[in-house]
Order: sequence, then C-alpha cells, then structure tokens
Amino acid sequence: MMIKRILAPLAVVAATGLAGQALAAGEGGHVTDVDFSFEGPFGTYDSMQLQRGFQVFHQVCASCHGLKYLAFRSLGDSTGPAFPDDQVKAIAALYEVADTGPEALPGDTRPGLPSDKFPANTAAGAPDLSLMAKARAGFHGPYGLGINQFLKGTGGAEYIYSLLTGYTGEEHEAAGSILYGNEVFPGGKISMAQPLWGDDVEYTVHGGGDHEGEEGYHGADYTPPEATIEQEAKDVAAFLMWVAEPKLTERKEAGLRNLIWLVILSVLLYFTNKKVWASVKGDH
Amino acid sequence: MSGIPQDHYEPKSGFEKWVHSRLPVIALAADFLKFPTPKNLNWMWIWGVVLTVFLMVQIVTGITLVMHYIPSTDAAFASVEHIMRDVNGGWLLRYMHANGASFFFIAVYAHIFRGLYYGSYKEPREITWIIGILIYLAMMATAFMGYVLPWGQMSFWGATVITNLFSAVPLIGDDIVVWLWGGFSVDEPTLTRFFSLHYLLPFVILGLTVVHIWAFHTTGNNNPTGVPVRTNDVATVKKDTVPFHPFYTIKDIYALALFLILFVVFVFFMPNYMGHPDNYIEANPLVTPAHIVPEWYFLPFYAILRAITEDVWLMQIMPFTAKLGGVIAMFGSILVMALAPWLDTSRVRSGRYRPQFKWWFWLLVVDFLLLMWCGSQAPTDTIASISLLGTAYWFGYFLVILPVLGITEKPLPQPKTIEEAFEAEHPKPEAGGKAAATPAE
Repeated sequence: MMIKRILAPLAVVAATGLAGQALAAGEGGHVTDVDFSFEGPFGTYDSMQLQRGFQVFHQVCASCHGLKYLAFRSLGDSTGPAFPDDQVKAIAALYEVADTGPEALPGDTRPGLPSDKFPANTAAGAPDLSLMAKARAGFHGPYGLGINQFLKGTGGAEYIYSLLTGYTGEEHEAAGSILYGNEVFPGGKISMAQPLWGDDVEYTVHGGGDHEGEEGYHGADYTPPEATIEQEAKDVAAFLMWVAEPKLTERKEAGLRNLIWLVILSVLLYFTNKKVWASVKGDH
Repeated sequence: MSGIPQDHYEPKSGFEKWVHSRLPVIALAADFLKFPTPKNLNWMWIWGVVLTVFLMVQIVTGITLVMHYIPSTDAAFASVEHIMRDVNGGWLLRYMHANGASFFFIAVYAHIFRGLYYGSYKEPREITWIIGILIYLAMMATAFMGYVLPWGQMSFWGATVITNLFSAVPLIGDDIVVWLWGGFSVDEPTLTRFFSLHYLLPFVILGLTVVHIWAFHTTGNNNPTGVPVRTNDVATVKKDTVPFHPFYTIKDIYALALFLILFVVFVFFMPNYMGHPDNYIEANPLVTPAHIVPEWYFLPFYAILRAITEDVWLMQIMPFTAKLGGVIAMFGSILVMALAPWLDTSRVRSGRYRPQFKWWFWLLVVDFLLLMWCGSQAPTDTIASISLLGTAYWFGYFLVILPVLGITEKPLPQPKTIEEAFEAEHPKPEAGGKAAATPAE
C-alpha cells in the first residue's frame, strides 16, 4: 500500500519523461527587477532597511511564519540589521521559545534570549521564511540558458517583493477554502490573504547605539520613509534576503581579497613561466 | 615505473644515502617530478593538474564539513544551515565544496574532450583511458550522492528519480531499487548509506588517479602532434622532452591560478548560480517539485535518458520498455566512449592532422552542449526529438564515424619528431633570425 502511494506519483513523473510541467516552481508571472543595495559585487545590506524589514516581519508576517534557522543574536550583526544589544535582548524577549531547562515540563515556554533561535511557526501551515529568498527564483531563462540569472541574480528577493505587491483583489473559493488572486504566484492563486496594505507598521529605527560612527549609522535625525505597500514589501524582501544569506558582506569582502591576490599571483606566475621556458623556446 | 628513459636520482648527502638504502621514497618523488614530458604540450594539457588539485580541495573541504554535518533526515538540512550560519567560515567551506564539484566537472569535460581530439585514448594508452572513464563514473556517483546529503527537495526527488531508473531492469528491477533504498522509499537508510559512500568514493578516485598517472608515465604523455617521444636513450629523450619540474609545474600552477580566479568569482560572488533554488527547501516526500532537474553536469546524459520514448520507432521492435531503453542508452553513451580506442581505426593519433575528423569532433562538442540544454528543458515533443537527434549523433560518432573515417580519410603529413614540430613553432634565433613572439605556451 505504502509502496503504491510513493510510486504512483513517480510513475507519472517517469511517464512524462522524468520531469514536470512547463511552468516550474516559481515560474509565475512577471517579477519586477528591484534595485536592492545588496546586489552586485560590492553590494551590502542597508542596516536601516533591514531594521524596517524586521519591523514588517515582526508585526505582520510573524503571526503565521517562523524563522527557525535565525538566531536573535544575529539581529545585532554589524553587517546585518545592526540593532543595539539592548534592542536585541528586548526583541528576543518578545518571542516565546520552548523551555528545555532541567525543571521544565514538555510544552513549557519562556521568553527568548539572544542565543535562542526564532521559534518555528506552523500554526497556519505557512512555510518557514528563513531561506525563502534563496528558495525562489525571480528570473529565468531565456530558453533555459540562465543568462537572466547571470545578469540580474537569482531574484529571490524580487520574487518576494513582486508577490507581496502582486495581489489582484480577486477571491476564489475552492474546496471550502479561499484562494486569493496573485499575478506572481505560480497558478495565479495563493492561500495567503494580502498581508500588506500600506501603513501596516509605523517605521521606527534604532541608530545602532553600538555602531555609532560606522557606515550605515544614521543617528537620531534619521527620518524613515513612508510605509507604502511597495516600501514595506521592498524592506521585508531585503530583510528576508539577509535572513537567508547573513554572511553576504563577509563573503564579498573575502572574495575581493582573494581576487586581488590571485590576480597578483597570476601576473607573477605569467612572468615566471615565460622566464622558465625562455631557454627551451629560444626567445631571450 | 616509467617506460621513458630518464636521469635517475642519486642520493648525495649521508642522510639521503641512509634513507635511500632503506626506503627509496626520495628517488620515487624526485624521478616523478623530473619525468620527461613532451616539450610541445599546449594549454589543454593543464587539466590533469587542475583536476588533482580540485580533488584535494573537495576532500579537504568535505572532511571539514563532515565535522559539522549530521546524516539524518531530521537533522541534515538544519545541520547544513548550522554550517552556513554558526560554524566559523562554514559558508566558505560549503560554497567551495558545492561549486568545487561543478568546477571539477568543467575540468574533467575539458580533459576528456582534449583526449578525444588528440587521440590520447589510442594505443598504447588504452588503459589510461579506461581508468579515466572509471574515474569519471566514480565522480558521477560521488557527485550524485553528495547532492542528496543536504536533504533539500532536489536532493530527495533527484535521488528518487535516479534510483528508480534501476526498476527498469527486467524481473529484479523493483528488488534492486528496494535494496538501494534500504526500504520502500528514499529515507533515512538511503541517506546514511549515501553519506557513507560519498565519503568513501573520493578515496577510490584518488587511488584510481594514482593508477591513471602510473599508466601514462609508463607510456609517456601524449602530445598535440600525437608523435611519440623517441625512447632510444636518455640523450634522444631529452631532445623531445623537458623535465616535468620546473617546466610544467610552473606552467600548470599558472593555469591553475587563472582557473581559480574563475572559481573565486563563483564561490564568493554568485555561489548559488549553479545550484537549484528548490534545494533550499527541506525535503518533503509529499510535495513533488514541478520540474525535477539534475545538476548541469549530468544534463547531457539526462537528455539521452529522456530521448528514448515509446514513440521512437526502434522501441516498437525492441523486446523491452522505453524506460529500459533510455537507461541502456544513458549507460551505453559512456560505454561507447570507453571503447573509443578500438572503434577509432585511424592510425593518425592527433586530430591536428585529420582534416575531416576535426569537423566531426567539433560537431560532437556542439552535440554535447545541445544535449546539455535539452536536459534542462521541460520534456516537450520538440525537445524529445532534438534529444533523439543528439543521442543518435553521439552514438554515430563513436560507432560509425570513428571506424569509417579512419579508412576513408586522407591524413595530412605529420612531423617526424616532437623536436621537429617544436622547432617549427619556436625557431631558434640563430636559425630563423628574430623569431616572431610566441605566446607563452
């Protein structure tokens, strides 16, 4: 019985030649190419944008979605949202995490600490968002050649932005549940109701008390942008990209160092090679 | 160990003599490094060293990753995220390992097509060639099982699709699949055995690499002219060759540095470009991805697998299913490559002196790329037809063109010796005046 259940879908897959439909996952409607600060070889995250994005996540998304791979302490990363330490502690304490202490009973919870991870949230059957920005591709093709992804990036954050701003306002009833029309979601109908409407949050940002003087520090006179749907969607998409790839800045900085020394090494080796071979080739 | 006469290591200091009379290990290393290598090797002879270095990179990063990875369906995916977020430099280890596999395959394809163009598979290097094919097969098995370990959606479904191929075997197919899985679906036992074998196989590859090198050190390297090194005595050998060190160590390290620049661009600036987004979703046996595709380096063979459908007229008269036909074609496409030394009837080794062969060879390269593209596409009728055409050419090249061309083609005159070919390319200043500047080759 069990074998049959597992093999039945396989038979379908195998019969169609081992692959699926023309519309692969994520190949929904048109995805807008947003100019994010973290794009390109020198792009880094904008801490203030990540703080705003966190606010959107915290006040809207978190009611259904979890971030189970992200530790609260990461919110203080100087290359990430760069929240001051007291803020990180305060944010962690807002979440209830499983208590696994020696005297805790199964099911007990306690307020979170910076060393904890965000709790998983499966209440509404919503997917965890820790890796969402890397698990979706906004750009494809052309003709399966991967050129668009080469030029614009995979486009996970763009996909999130486009999905959040892609609601058509239509509602479809199917098998007792309501699906909402969305231009970007594959198939055009999504079970998540439109989450962002504009002015869902009141942006407040923390200059990053521990990071005064660092790049990205805006100080007390910083005025956050207006919380339109587009702005909120952009900010939360950027935040989720950081959640999925928190080491992006370190990675690119290390990459630049490696490139520079490899290029120098190559130049030296070019001349070494020329000199070594000169006696054999007879060009002096 | 070597079939090419060379100057042998003589222990000089007292310590060296002491070691040498007990274990001639310094002699082994020194003779190896000074191995007489044809002096006319071009840039397509760098891949062997590149491959060896990438094997080392994969083993070192792999062993380190294993220190943090947990082979369990509950914990594998989370342990990879632990590596990416909490382990110092963990993201670097993982991105190097994942992209390292891709670069390993870029290098191996360049290496294989080099061999096909310059006739490196021909007598007397058949065993080198066969061992090379075995290494390639072991690489494919290792890469496939490694891709399963992060336990993402593509890991799980890729493993499910590929292991299911064995169900096409008549009579015992289903039993083989259950045996491979260690159960009735891809699950914990499958993951743990893949992990075990993924750790084992690279060392098998390492062993095969040693034998591969031993074999061509016995026959001597091939070279772009295909003309063998004259092995009468050490003095004649020296006219055709240079010692591997320092000439090829420096040249290969230079080429390696250039290749590493490309590697660094991918690892640090676009580490997920060659991966599939679906593998950042944890494996879920209840949700099938819309489009299951293997990694790019398997795509040509995946296209051959899918090219054989019930619509192919040949399948109407075959006593087995199209699925089995596809599996046979896929493994057969590598088998015909292994048989190239006996299928190629031409007595001229290098494609450089074979005016017609050149065209067929480059068509094979285009065919390979076309099949790769077909493998990435959703299986429509058009794609199936193109794949079938590509498959036909792949087999046609080895089974028809290589045997026939050797008889019908009129080859160009070959140089008598490597020395002559080399001096034609690099005229001595006194003989040919001020020679045109040649690229560092």
